[in-house]
Amino acid sequence: MTENASAGDLRSQSDDIIVKIRGLSFRRGRLVVFDQVDMDIRRGEVTAVMGPSGTGKTTLLKLITGQLRPDAGTIEVDGESVHALERSALYRLRRRMGMLFQSGALLTDLSVFDNVAYPLREHTNLPPSMLRKLVLLKLEAVGLRGARDLMPNELSGGMARRVALARAIALDPDLVLYDEPFTGQDPISKGMLVTLIRHLNDAVGLTSILVSHDVAETAQIADQMYVISHGEVIAQGPPAAIAADGSAWVRQFMDGLPDGPVHFHYEAPALVDDLLARRVR
Amino acid sequence: MGKQRVVEIMVGLFMAAGFVALFFLAMQVSNLSAAVNSDGYQLSARFSNVGSLKARAPVTMAGVRVGRVERVEFDTQSYEAVVTLRIQAEVDTIPDDTFANIFTAGLLGEQYIGLEPGGSLDYLRDGDEIAYTQSALILEQMIGQFLFSKAGGD
Amino acid sequence: MLLEGLARLGRSGLGVLARLGRGHQLLGAMLLGVGELLRRPRLLIVQIFNVGVLSILIIVVSGLFVGMVLGLQGYYVLSQFGAAESLGVMVAASLVRELGPVVTALLVAGRAGSALTAEIGLMKATEQLSGLEMMAVDPVRRILTPRFFGGVIAMPLLAAMFSAVGVLGGYFVGVGLLGVDAGSYWSQMQSKVDFDQDIVNGVIKSVVFGVVVTWIALFQGYDAVPTSEGVSRATTRSVVHGALAVLGLDFVLTALMFGD
Repeated sequence: MTENASAGDLRSQSDDIIVKIRGLSFRRGRLVVFDQVDMDIRRGEVTAVMGPSGTGKTTLLKLITGQLRPDAGTIEVDGESVHALERSALYRLRRRMGMLFQSGALLTDLSVFDNVAYPLREHTNLPPSMLRKLVLLKLEAVGLRGARDLMPNELSGGMARRVALARAIALDPDLVLYDEPFTGQDPISKGMLVTLIRHLNDAVGLTSILVSHDVAETAQIADQMYVISHGEVIAQGPPAAIAADGSAWVRQFMDGLPDGPVHFHYEAPALVDDLLARRVR
Repeated sequence: MGKQRVVEIMVGLFMAAGFVALFFLAMQVSNLSAAVNSDGYQLSARFSNVGSLKARAPVTMAGVRVGRVERVEFDTQSYEAVVTLRIQAEVDTIPDDTFANIFTAGLLGEQYIGLEPGGSLDYLRDGDEIAYTQSALILEQMIGQFLFSKAGGD
Repeated sequence: MLLEGLARLGRSGLGVLARLGRGHQLLGAMLLGVGELLRRPRLLIVQIFNVGVLSILIIVVSGLFVGMVLGLQGYYVLSQFGAAESLGVMVAASLVRELGPVVTALLVAGRAGSALTAEIGLMKATEQLSGLEMMAVDPVRRILTPRFFGGVIAMPLLAAMFSAVGVLGGYFVGVGLLGVDAGSYWSQMQSKVDFDQDIVNGVIKSVVFGVVVTWIALFQGYDAVPTSEGVSRATTRSVVHGALAVLGLDFVLTALMFGD
């Protein structure tokens, strides 16, 4: 049932939608990454987009931020169609979005302080004392005020991600996009990030889009979840509804079963045929 | 800021060193120092044949350089070569019956113009033409004449 | 079989064309960024430091040795014709016209060009460029343009240093060791090396090489496959393509400048 639910009927009750995706299609070479995807992301909520690796979750974020151009369909952010914007208008729009990259994407030749100060220095004319206060406040929010003089290569992965988060919220954006924030983190930093994301979202009134395949952590903080696979949305709703979803695919993903609709084996001829084949490639 | 300051100073030194090198090349290595003082005055001379005389070739008197060839042109009316010379300003007592020769420095060397002063008390001034000229010696012609005179002598 | 070969040829041809197109797009974008750069000269200064100041040692040492070798070799050839006094001309002309611009460009491609490619490629691989873009900062204008103009400005200055030091190296060997007359070393040089013909053309050459070497290096980094293997390949390509472009262009420029 849920597999065929369209975005429209679930969302019709809410009209405060900040990101509206309609009929999104994107191909990379011959591979179809998205096929006619519709999504709505409501203001003030944490929306998680989940799916196994390689389903184009990062691509989705790049499409929303206008770094990639879709083959078909539209993406509206706060009423503005991202891919119809002029370059300067797109850059203006991006100042209202923050993105946390998987690697952190800190500028390696700048200190933690300068990294967080970077967007402020680029886009504002704040006096140095004001700038310093702002940066320290942002660093305090992620608990790294004491690490301001460290260089990025002196940070652990989790700290780097938190610094990147401080940088992403430096310009007080409306929308923060998180690309796999939990991947490769130890349980402690995972826990920190989970609380941080939720806390920031509620305290500052952000809207968060979270792309992840870590089911447990994501289910903890998300208000809404989308599960995508093979270019289509196969389930959506609050985490509780998804967890109760009966479809085989969603079950396999949520429960982490090794085999199911998604096969353990990559597509291949039968093993016996392959082993007995005389021509060696 | 301290590091930034060091970088700025180093770059300043680098730029200065680069321009010093360019200046050295221009003034010490090339002929710009000679070309810069393009004051002095012009004379012209007509030759029936200039051989391989080129612009910027030296002009000498008694073996001392007093100027240079500014350009070599061809006169379509008289079928002669018109050579414009630029003579240093301080050499302002060249008699108007001076003789201009095209010489060759060494057997294979470049050609230059040698001026032999005459006895006149009037001096050449800017824009004047040297009336007496001796064309370049062309090696082939000399050999030809030599052989011809040998053959005639027998 | 044949069709497959043709198709492969066509694909690679299209790939080369597409890359050329992207390269020129990048060059255009960097040239357009000059206005913004003038408002932030500090960015440019740092890059002149990276390309210029850090290359001084290798340029000066190479220039000195090349000049000394020219002095030795030139002396042995010229003295056979009794023309050892022309040593200055030979050393200076070959340095100013050819060796200064060309060897400097090759050294810069190897020292600074590869570093630029690796830096940009790694910034791409670690999503720093995307990160800038997400901070509404154009990475081409902010990161690439200053590096480009830094290289273009530093190259002719480095080449001039190379030639100047080379002329002095030739002087040490020719005059100091082999006993050529110091006066004729300089005076022959001055009478035969022409400012417009030789010095200016040499500077033009090195500006062109500066554009080409930095452009290739930056483009290879910017267009690199964002993996460690991709960056290492791009770095190799940057040096190889840079060196080939310099040598090929040198022939074309020499033919245009001195070939009348």
